[in-house]
Amino acid sequence: MQRLAPKQEPKLLTNVLNLLTAASSEASGDGFVGPSLEDFYPDDVLFQGTFFAINRIMLIRLFVLVALVVVFWILSTRFKSAIAAQRYVPTKFQLLGEIALGFVRNNIAHDQLGKKDGDRFLPLITTIFFTVFGMNITGIIPGFNIAGSSLIGLSIVLALAVYVTFIYAGIKRHGMGFFKNSLFPSGVPKPLYILVTPIEFLSNFILRPATLALRLTMNMLAGHLLLVLCFSATWFFFFQSEGLWKAFGLGTFLFGFVFTLFEILVAFLQAYVFTLLTTVYIQLSLADEH
Amino acid sequence: MITNHISAEVGNPLIPAVPDLFWSSVVFVILLAFFWVKVLPGFKKTLDDRTEAIEGRLAAAERAQAEVAEKTAEIAKAQENSRAEAAEVREQARVEGVAILAELKEHANQEAARITATAKAQIEAERQAALISLRAEVGTLAIELASQVVGASLKSDKVATGVVDSFLAELETNDKASKGK
Repeated sequence: MQRLAPKQEPKLLTNVLNLLTAASSEASGDGFVGPSLEDFYPDDVLFQGTFFAINRIMLIRLFVLVALVVVFWILSTRFKSAIAAQRYVPTKFQLLGEIALGFVRNNIAHDQLGKKDGDRFLPLITTIFFTVFGMNITGIIPGFNIAGSSLIGLSIVLALAVYVTFIYAGIKRHGMGFFKNSLFPSGVPKPLYILVTPIEFLSNFILRPATLALRLTMNMLAGHLLLVLCFSATWFFFFQSEGLWKAFGLGTFLFGFVFTLFEILVAFLQAYVFTLLTTVYIQLSLADEH
Repeated sequence: MITNHISAEVGNPLIPAVPDLFWSSVVFVILLAFFWVKVLPGFKKTLDDRTEAIEGRLAAAERAQAEVAEKTAEIAKAQENSRAEAAEVREQARVEGVAILAELKEHANQEAARITATAKAQIEAERQAALISLRAEVGTLAIELASQVVGASLKSDKVATGVVDSFLAELETNDKASKGK
């Protein structure tokens, strides 16, 4: 998957940009306001001009942070009271939390890394999954309407954390042999290393984090643009066009509705993919041979 | 350096603005610490406790089951024992019954023999009595007959009695002799 991704995402980006130019040319005539990249650079509302300036998207991120902390704080108090009371049957809320945490733990971490290593890296894996999902899902929550992960900063920070972690895991397990394993795969005739080693370097140490970050951000960015296009077109057809043109609004609204559902799926899927690739990369670092 | 001023313009979506990176890091670090320190240990402990509890209860159930099986076996054994005991008692009773019956039969036989003996003795006594009285009568009759035959010569009682006695004695000796034969 990560091999395909670098080809996919620039394509996605050009598509998005084409969409933008088309939308803005349309905007000149009828007062139709299509989506634009400006959506992703709202004005700062706090600390303008500083390195910690806050705009709408940063506010959304902080809101997601608070929401995640509150939800999981309550969950962890449930855990504590259950442990203290020796109550082994979970309450409904606790069960939901256990299903969510258990999904990441069993279906992602343990499946890829095994029990021992899975639990070792579980904090990072869990954090990445819920952070990405929380940030993604704001894209379809009315009032927020933009994913916290649609700016590349977050994706870069997460990808860097993954990068550092899988290199750390490899060095911890194999010492410097990790770099030998990743750059000079065994079973390749020596002269071919001239060809293979740069490719491996590019793929393992540059493309892995880059595709992780790009895949997430571009998916969210494209999702937002699609939704905005559908709903602003609906608005335009219903309230600004005449006669039969209004009927088109129904179609665009339906599209918007379907894409909203689709974005829920994408929000989950991207969180899953990001987390799964994290575990895959760690697993590859831990593996004895490539 | 990328400044906020630049980020406010329509930027390249591939190049992060500094505040973007800053707040992303803040959010990530807080969440990582939160999950690491607060959420996951409790989650793990809850699951471990539950596993332990389930295993403990399974073991307890197994123990209880074994206990029940043991008790059932005990009860079956006791049942078997009491059945055997009952059979023994029945057998004993049967034997005893047979013995009692035999004893009773014996008793009855004895009684019957005794009654028979008594009856025989009585019959013998009566025969003796009849014999005695018959003898006396026969004597008298014979004397009467003889005196009528012999007449007056034999009027004296003493003589008559002597004659009769000697006759009887003779009879008796004859009788004894015939018996002795």
